[in-house]
Amino acid sequence: MYKVAVMGDYDSIYGFAALGLSIFPVDDKEQGQKILKDLAAGDYAVIYMTESLAAKLQEEVDEYREQMKPAIILIPGISGNTGAGIAQVKKSVEQAVGSDIIFNGEN
Amino acid sequence: MASSQIIPTRMELAKQKKKLATATRGHKLLKDKRDELMRQFLDLVRENKALREKVEAALQAANKNFVLAKASTSDQVLNAALLAPKQEVYLETDTRNVMSVDIPVFQYKTRTADANDIYSYGFAFTSSDLDGAVKSLADLLPDMLRLAEVEKSCQLMAAEIEKTRRRVNALEHVMIPDAQAKIKYIKMKLDENERSTQIRLMKVKDMMLEEARQERIAADAR
Repeated sequence: MYKVAVMGDYDSIYGFAALGLSIFPVDDKEQGQKILKDLAAGDYAVIYMTESLAAKLQEEVDEYREQMKPAIILIPGISGNTGAGIAQVKKSVEQAVGSDIIFNGEN
Repeated sequence: MASSQIIPTRMELAKQKKKLATATRGHKLLKDKRDELMRQFLDLVRENKALREKVEAALQAANKNFVLAKASTSDQVLNAALLAPKQEVYLETDTRNVMSVDIPVFQYKTRTADANDIYSYGFAFTSSDLDGAVKSLADLLPDMLRLAEVEKSCQLMAAEIEKTRRRVNALEHVMIPDAQAKIKYIKMKLDENERSTQIRLMKVKDMMLEEARQERIAADAR
């Protein structure tokens, strides 16, 4: 039985608490690294992360990319959509196909 | 060409032929695997893109609702309202094997069956904006979980496709030409050896015939 976590700045994620997801407010990089490591080792199968936090934890996010668990999914925070989430999809396409054939240079 | 290191013998030739046969078969299989993976990946990635666009748009709308809710309610009341959630989400994970890639399948369960348990607060002190905001997030949850499933699958498949493509290329451009070159080299060398043996035998025969003739002439003369 796995759980779902949400990481990011408090304002962006507090709503998810009502749904029964575990929220982990993170302000700085060190704290984020620590929490992410704990979550990945614990029984969290999906971690939603705000794009602004993911930008700070780029290395760690990439590290879990090719592992089965956890799935780190970027979501736009309250400050708006930075396009980092869609960039992850683009990266998959580029890795698999060699060039970007799905987005064709949009955004 | 690395043929300078190999010894031109029949055994080596048989070995190289076997290697070529294995490499050719492996190349064909891996190519098929790559093509099928690619086909499934493209379907999945299109779904991923559509889903992500939908989820991102909906999340932004939900975030707007939360900002409104925050504006009309004091921080303390809001924090207290969301402090003790009634609902909890569990995930049941399973894996599905697509062309030797294990991709995740999520099934989510909630602790209570009541859809209204997402409201962990009394309605008296919070604004209705909060209800709407929470509701919009709850409606989005199945899509978000599906997004997690699809996006993880895409990432895993992309990694596998990259690996398979490298293997196919290595077989196609290195292993197979190399084995072919070696086989050609050994064959030429063996043929050459055979020819030289034959010539030597012919020479020896000529020499022996010549010797016999000389002996006969000598005998006749006596």
